[in-house]
Amino acid sequence: MAAISKLKKISDTVWEIPTDYKEGMRVPARIYATEKLVSQMDEGVFDQVSNVATLPGIQNYALCMPDGHWGYGFPIGGVAAMDERSGVISPGGIGFDVNCGMRLVLTNLTHDEIRPHLKELVDRLFQRVPAGVGASGFVKISQDEFRTMVEKGARWCIEKGYGWEEDLERTEEFGRVEGADASKISRKAVERGYRQIGTLGSGNHYLEIQVARSRNIFDPDLAKALGLTIPDQVVIMFHCGSRGFGHQVATDYLQTFLKVMQSRYAIRVLDRELACAPFLSPEGQDYFAAMKCAINMSFANRQIILHRVREVFSEVLRKDPLDLGMHQVYDVAHNTARLEVHNVEGRPKRLLVHRKGATRALGPGAEALPALYRQTGQPVIIGGSMETGSYLLTGVSSGEQTFFSTAHGSGRAMSRHQAKKLFRGKALQQDMERRGIYVRTASLAGLAEEAGPAYKNIDEVVQATEEAGLSRRVARFVPVGNVKG
Amino acid sequence: MPFEYVDEIAMADVAFKARGETLEEMFIASADATMNTMVAALESIEARQSRHIEIRSEALDMLLFNLLQEIIFFKDAQQLLLRIQTIQITSSHGEFVATATARGEPIAPDRHEMIVDVKAVTLHRFLVQQTRRGWEAFVVLDI
Repeated sequence: MAAISKLKKISDTVWEIPTDYKEGMRVPARIYATEKLVSQMDEGVFDQVSNVATLPGIQNYALCMPDGHWGYGFPIGGVAAMDERSGVISPGGIGFDVNCGMRLVLTNLTHDEIRPHLKELVDRLFQRVPAGVGASGFVKISQDEFRTMVEKGARWCIEKGYGWEEDLERTEEFGRVEGADASKISRKAVERGYRQIGTLGSGNHYLEIQVARSRNIFDPDLAKALGLTIPDQVVIMFHCGSRGFGHQVATDYLQTFLKVMQSRYAIRVLDRELACAPFLSPEGQDYFAAMKCAINMSFANRQIILHRVREVFSEVLRKDPLDLGMHQVYDVAHNTARLEVHNVEGRPKRLLVHRKGATRALGPGAEALPALYRQTGQPVIIGGSMETGSYLLTGVSSGEQTFFSTAHGSGRAMSRHQAKKLFRGKALQQDMERRGIYVRTASLAGLAEEAGPAYKNIDEVVQATEEAGLSRRVARFVPVGNVKG
Repeated sequence: MPFEYVDEIAMADVAFKARGETLEEMFIASADATMNTMVAALESIEARQSRHIEIRSEALDMLLFNLLQEIIFFKDAQQLLLRIQTIQITSSHGEFVATATARGEPIAPDRHEMIVDVKAVTLHRFLVQQTRRGWEAFVVLDI
């Protein structure tokens, strides 16, 4: 339970840890959450976010989003913007699963229309989108081609016929970050990842068929602008990342930074998982270029999965994916560091924004958005637990206070071990089916770890982001079919 | 089991404590704790293939870190589930060397009840220490 007395209440949704809380804090830490959510946060969040506040070059505040919980290095839900010239880059501020993220896809189908086909759809998706420990994908490429792919991102997939050109503008960074350099990645990283393109992974990764009920549309105009136009409309949402490739890139550079951090750059950190190097140092720049490869791999991974999803829907419903209206809404990244321009003390400044378990949420008019979303603001996709629901939000102009960042999920409220003690996978699967959610899973034990009660209330988390002025609710989706890693 | 999972740390991930009377035993227990996070029953892994692992590090704790990373690497790169059969740890010229034989087999979903992927070994609270009874490690795995 939170040491709430040490927190200074700034507003109903903002809580501050002052710099005298811990030696070495360069800026205060700020937690965005309602009183209820902040009281549910574990002490690790406060410890970790105040550790982040000690990192060189940090600007304004070390931030934590409403779904924040104890992670490693940064808390999950942590956001920190570093000055480009005096700041550091840290793999612990990004996470091992670089660009773990969400993709949301529309259909023009209603729940009633897919009801007779639901089991077949989920069964086929389970076959076509491999999930679980060590799974490999259907795209067979050489290690050399993989190196090309990680520099090109989702663009590589489109060139190979796995998707539509329009998918790219509906992906953050248009599916490819500039500056990815495959000469900065290790042989091991390539060996771990090159067979895993188009796979979900496990843990909290999933692919869901969801329904947008009319009563769950919060902003009809925005919903319409983002493609939600019919009652009980069916959408597909999935969550996965850069697989073993990204994990290895982060592991490699964590060790590189440990070797030089103190000896070469005289930087001391309070948790070795915060190992870092000056952003502009050779090591910092190498990691940035390698990490970008992992960002691109993840965009490509989700692009391939989208291609498979379209194939499955097309086969089962015997219609072209275009006729099924299977346009992508957007693809968002959770675990990244990117150079962005934000106002600091009233002046635009180039900052390296670390987001770990947090989503970028650009407001209307942002230049990085495609013309399609300039007026609406960036679509933000937030996945809840597999039993409750997920959300579509948009970024808002008041998001400037968090460098345009918002929550990424509901956040865990129970450890995996505890969830496994309380729930049985098979019983949970049957119970969910009775409640209208058909689940296929690579692991029943893994399923138990993801039971709904293991997570915080997604509605409260999302509402907190709206009350705090970080993002606006557009629609809530309920799951009807689920492929679980 | 010479290891136990710890509930209260890093909620979305998995933390464990591993022990051994000798350093070698503790390394083997840590590798098993990592594998047991992914596979429900360690006994279900049959020793059909073997891999020789040699790792070096200036620091003893990073030697363990690297050994656990090797186990994770083989799971992704070769879909191999491995357990350390024998291991020798020596030190010379300011460097620790672990030489191990790992045995196991490729993932077979019909025989192995898989749970979750371990993505990485984190350094959050990572600890290797000598105790009165031998050696102990504390490890948080990223899930």
